[in-house]
Amino acid sequence: MKFPDVILQTAAKILVFIIMIYSIYILFAGHNNPGGGFIGGLITASAIMLLYLAFDVETVGEIIPLDFKIIGAVGVMLALLTGFGAVLFGVPFLTQVYQYVNLPLLGKTGLGTAFVFDLGVYLAVVGTTVTIIRSISEDL
Amino acid sequence: MSLLHFAVLLPFLYTIFVPLFFKKLPRIHTGWFVIVIPLLLFVYFLTNFPVQTDSPPIVHSVPWIASAGIHFSLHLDGLALLFALIITGIGTLVVLYSIYYMSMKREALHNFYVYLLLFMGAMLGIVLSDNLMVMYVFWEATSVSSFLLIAYWYQRKKSRYGAQKAMLITVFGGFAMLLGALMIGTAAGTFSIREIIGMRETLADHALFLPAMLLILLGAFTKSAQFPFHIWLPDAMEAPTPISAFLHSATMVKAGVYLVARFTPVFGGDMNWFWIIAIVGTLTLFWGAFMAIRQTDLKALLAYSTISQLGLIMSLLGIGSLALNPDFAAEADWFEAAILAAIFHLFNHSIFKGCLFMVVGILDHETGTRDIRKLGGLMSLMPVSFTLTVIGGLSMAGLPPFSGFLSKEMFFAGVLAANTHTEQWTLWLPIAAWVASIFTFAYCLILVFKTFTGTYHPDRLDKKPHEAPIGMLIPPIVLALIVVSAFFFPNLLSYNLFEPAIHSVLPGLRLPGETFYVKIKAWHGLNTELYMTIGIVVVGTLLYRTYKKWGDVYNLLPHKYTLGSLYDNGLAGAEKLSARITSTYMNGFLHSYLSYIFVFIILLVGGSFVLLDAFGYDLSTNAEIGLYEYILAGAIAVLAGFVISVTSRLTAIIAVGAVGYLVSLLFVIFRAPDLALTQLVVETITTALFLLAFYFLPKLKTEVTRIRVKISNLLISVGIGALFTLIGIAAQGSNQFKPVSEYFQNAYELSGAKNMVNAILVDFRAFDTMLESVVLFTAGIGVYTLIKLRKSRKGGQQ
Repeated sequence: MKFPDVILQTAAKILVFIIMIYSIYILFAGHNNPGGGFIGGLITASAIMLLYLAFDVETVGEIIPLDFKIIGAVGVMLALLTGFGAVLFGVPFLTQVYQYVNLPLLGKTGLGTAFVFDLGVYLAVVGTTVTIIRSISEDL
Repeated sequence: MSLLHFAVLLPFLYTIFVPLFFKKLPRIHTGWFVIVIPLLLFVYFLTNFPVQTDSPPIVHSVPWIASAGIHFSLHLDGLALLFALIITGIGTLVVLYSIYYMSMKREALHNFYVYLLLFMGAMLGIVLSDNLMVMYVFWEATSVSSFLLIAYWYQRKKSRYGAQKAMLITVFGGFAMLLGALMIGTAAGTFSIREIIGMRETLADHALFLPAMLLILLGAFTKSAQFPFHIWLPDAMEAPTPISAFLHSATMVKAGVYLVARFTPVFGGDMNWFWIIAIVGTLTLFWGAFMAIRQTDLKALLAYSTISQLGLIMSLLGIGSLALNPDFAAEADWFEAAILAAIFHLFNHSIFKGCLFMVVGILDHETGTRDIRKLGGLMSLMPVSFTLTVIGGLSMAGLPPFSGFLSKEMFFAGVLAANTHTEQWTLWLPIAAWVASIFTFAYCLILVFKTFTGTYHPDRLDKKPHEAPIGMLIPPIVLALIVVSAFFFPNLLSYNLFEPAIHSVLPGLRLPGETFYVKIKAWHGLNTELYMTIGIVVVGTLLYRTYKKWGDVYNLLPHKYTLGSLYDNGLAGAEKLSARITSTYMNGFLHSYLSYIFVFIILLVGGSFVLLDAFGYDLSTNAEIGLYEYILAGAIAVLAGFVISVTSRLTAIIAVGAVGYLVSLLFVIFRAPDLALTQLVVETITTALFLLAFYFLPKLKTEVTRIRVKISNLLISVGIGALFTLIGIAAQGSNQFKPVSEYFQNAYELSGAKNMVNAILVDFRAFDTMLESVVLFTAGIGVYTLIKLRKSRKGGQQ
């Protein structure tokens, strides 16, 4: 925006990290605790939005040099492909499977294709939301 | 997944690589990379050849949307194999031909071959699908890809016009077919064509039998360019000639024929089926042949001749369907011969019409025109093309020693049999067939002699004509060789190819072990059929010689009463009407749009609640409302009231955001952490987005509105508010439907997830979530393009 807000900028620098970490936690937690790809995606998007509010469009563009359109597209593709992946195994479209495996450090962990799907949703939400915000704010 | 599935999907998958070949290897014609696919598929289908009529056909099924009875199931029987071989065989030749026809330097070859492969895959999908819904998907895919192919030279207005016409007419028919397929599927309780055929006796008495038949026929007739839907085909000739050769000889228009043949076992015994197909087919046969004579563009001539020949095949299928009628059981052999004629002619037509289209393409390519009035005397300059035209043209005319003669004779045998063996007034059938064949003969003469004999006018041609490169000549030569050899050795194909195909069109007609021995003979004595052919030659030659004298017949019908102008005026009228209707309510005021939406919701939702008597309340089971909840609800109400009274947009937005946050607190109280979280974040983002978007809006000011508008606004807003309050209360007590919650109770066992909300989102209702993310992303890209495009246009003006 137009004028630098020192308090907001200083706070944002710290808050963005906290929000980001929280959003990733939410994304992973979705399986067994409140959360999931949609909420996680929105929280990440709100963290980026906070950056946009605190700094200007160019600065944020330098901080996160990513094309969010592509991130959104990757997310949608991921969600679609997990669906088609099920077809390859001869089960109906979008059938999700899960399995408990013992991972190093983490111990017994439930892994499921649902998470890949959720990750797709997460990326789609982040990509879309930031694309919208960015296109409108670049127009200001 | 089976190899057969892979065969259908291969052209689709390969399209991903075509642009890469075009970009990375620009020195090699992209066609050389593409030709591998049809060739490979052709060989693959040959390995399944011949299909045994006794053994059950090859069926492979992959569940797709199993809950709706939609499986991606494919089957390969005689009929499907015949079509698959024609599609891939002619496809190979067409791609080879296009390598020499399409310029490597000037044309967007990657688009061309991507469309072509899409089209080929879709065609294979149609003929191999066993599931009606899957077949419909492929059916529409051919409409879309043929639209792209016809509009390949989209810079030309006529190409776009032709493509739109083909699209509108075939999609209209496709939609009718979908309805028909849904009806027959409902009646039979399955979408599998094999199972539907299996229960055809019980289906005939179903109330939906006749409507389903009519709708499916509508789909077949529009696709196969039957009268009066034939008007799209001549305009589709704007496509590049290899495409015309492919679409209009072997594939697109044959899809309708395939549909009729495929459904003959279901509807065949019905007299309506016979009458409709025989009448429409014969009418198309006559009209196409009649109109072909007046054409001066060689491609248009071939287009009308395609229409006419398709009518011939259709009418034969109509006659042959009588074999399944129990009233004609004694004469079934005669009608079975008609089906043989249909299949044989379908094969012949694909071959000789493909050949003729390719020759016309060569003429166009080498002389720069397709206008008969400019062409002439090319015989000595282009001897190979001339020979090919003679073979193709005379085969179409039905003369020996070409395969067309055999199927034409069989066609006459079929119409004569229909006349003698049905005790109804069908004398018109052989007469119409004969008259149409005379016209066919005449336009074949025009095609051959007006182009290649007579005086040579080098001044009328743009280029100096010479024979085409060998690569362009090979495909039509191959086809011409088939035409000739099919005359001398017709039975080579008949046992292995036609007999299994007949068996799929007329299943259960013969006892197991007993087969209809197909024997096609060139000479069968001096019979009526032969006299008919002799008559055709005599009268046809006469018509050709005297065309100048009777050609004025075509001007009797004023242009504005033709079907083409009916279509044009209808389209223009529909556009005008819809523009007028749209402008009455799309007035650009957000206020109006919201009113429409709200009034509609009130009427629809409120109305259905009243009709179902669903309003009502039962608060007896409610827990006591706590103080905290009262406070929250009160705060929400006060804030909502505050929103409408403020004069600054900023305040209003923040107040709306506050309402949202308070609602999320309510969710927390009711122990829905997922909802609360979502609500909280959504509220944050939307508030920020509102702030961004409202930045562009002018300052809020009190609008001066008439009292009547104010009252209606008040009514609508109170109405919608009251409706939702009532629904909320009613949802508490009434149970209109069986609750779905028991389905989710086993969430942990089913999905391994302890968070049921998330399990619903990503597992139970994953299909919804997936489509929602697609919609979300599409909306995001929409916003992006709207803003960015507007900006770049602004930048362009500066």
